[in-house]
Amino acid sequence: MKDPNTLLQPQAANPADDQRALSRRRFLGFAGAFAGVSMLAACGKDDNNPSPNPGNGGVNLGSGDTGILNYAYALEQLEAAFYTQVVAAGMNWATAAEKALIADVRDHEIAHREFFRAALGSNRIQDLTPNFSTINFTNRQSVLESARAFEDLGVQAYNGAGQLLQSADYLLLAGKIVSVEARHAAYFRDLLVPVLSRIPPFWTQRPASTSTKCPMRCLPSPAPSSRKKSTQANSPPFKPPPAR
Amino acid sequence: MNIQRIFTDMADADPEFYDRVSPRRASIRTLLRGASLAVLPIALGGMFKKAYGQGSPNTPLILQTLNFALTAEYLESSFYSTALNTPALVTKFNSRGLLADVTLLRDNEVAHRDLLIKTIRDLGGTPDPQPTFDFTGGKGQGGGPFADVLSNDATFFAVAQAFEETGVRAYKGQAGNLMSSKAVLTAALDIHSVEARHASHIRMIRQTQFGVNIKPWITGVTSGIPGTATQPVYAGEDNTMQSTVNIVSLPNAATQANITPNAATEAFDEPLDKAAVLAILTNFIVP
Repeated sequence: MKDPNTLLQPQAANPADDQRALSRRRFLGFAGAFAGVSMLAACGKDDNNPSPNPGNGGVNLGSGDTGILNYAYALEQLEAAFYTQVVAAGMNWATAAEKALIADVRDHEIAHREFFRAALGSNRIQDLTPNFSTINFTNRQSVLESARAFEDLGVQAYNGAGQLLQSADYLLLAGKIVSVEARHAAYFRDLLVPVLSRIPPFWTQRPASTSTKCPMRCLPSPAPSSRKKSTQANSPPFKPPPAR
Repeated sequence: MNIQRIFTDMADADPEFYDRVSPRRASIRTLLRGASLAVLPIALGGMFKKAYGQGSPNTPLILQTLNFALTAEYLESSFYSTALNTPALVTKFNSRGLLADVTLLRDNEVAHRDLLIKTIRDLGGTPDPQPTFDFTGGKGQGGGPFADVLSNDATFFAVAQAFEETGVRAYKGQAGNLMSSKAVLTAALDIHSVEARHASHIRMIRQTQFGVNIKPWITGVTSGIPGTATQPVYAGEDNTMQSTVNIVSLPNAATQANITPNAATEAFDEPLDKAAVLAILTNFIVP
């Protein structure tokens, strides 16, 4: 069943995954933390009413390090699909130099996605089809703010997941990727603010005057308090950047 | 601030998460509610002692690793502080509108340095003292390969890029040594990604304001830094093998071709081991 409010649509449910350790609810929480789009509506609903049939359209990540790597694979699928669409839409709002670097970013994310796909092999989750209908791909501000949000949240996701990995080899691989995501994040901050020094390209400081434009601000506050609100499922937790 | 959400989701996946980070679950929830990422690592520093106190069998390795990282943070924080106390450079930063950038770089590195010092103390260790630095790369003789680093802003940003990228590679290479303490590891990962943001931004400054032909990411071993002195900072960055996968053998659906060697090297930053990092840093330390 296709849910228009879901960012990541599994193309096919895999009933064999039902027994795996990370539940659909947890996957939704993970994906929502990264994507911040309408995925969270489903997440809130799911929290209040745990699905009796998690295999129905759900995604199971697998347990242990495999689960964490599948989490990363999901994030990379999302990012690669986003930049593929950005570049395919023509980027008429960008300079030639910007177009070249954003095409680079697309290729990096595709490399990450294909790496996880190859490395996970038969343990990988199914292909996910994102829904980016809230993003205006012909609008510079909309694309760049979405890109910045994806990259910032990707960095946070990798940084947060590092401690859950059991294998030092996988931790190193995550480290190799996360610093590239951080480079991307800083680059999009630079693009959003042509006078480089006006806003630092670092996560650590954000002037209050720009905070209302920041997509991250629109993310829901964490559980447990927000999960008790019955209205959550009806109120989009993420507002897309203003189209201009 | 999304770090809260990440912590919450980690707790969903790992019910013992809060207990592992802090024995007192309620206290960390309270802390996270009001904390921004800027202050979070600092605040977490105070919890290390309680959560991963002295006497753990892994503490000596962690202390050794943190003191190693501290050397790099001393170098960076001292580098930016010295620049901001050098009128000739400050004038040039101002004329290019970059004074705020350098100021923030300094503030970030000072915060990293102070966090490491506090964490080492909390774990019962002794922070190494700050060395005296020779930012020209002359091992204390002055007049090294970057002799005009404190008068020529082009040289200054070139050296800054080398320092930041050494830092990224150093933290990446040490992450495995911190796995026994989830709190310390997470703080180190946070610092690691901020160093990468710094490197990206400095590369864009060099490209846009100084005409250096580089990207925000590392293509092959390209640094845009003249001479051979910083070549070791980029050694091995041209690797395309990740785990058992050769990235250039993978398809790029958007281009209908394989992933290019340039994209394959840019997409993965490589680590440096401790000996390689120390060999780089030694050039900038007065013995």
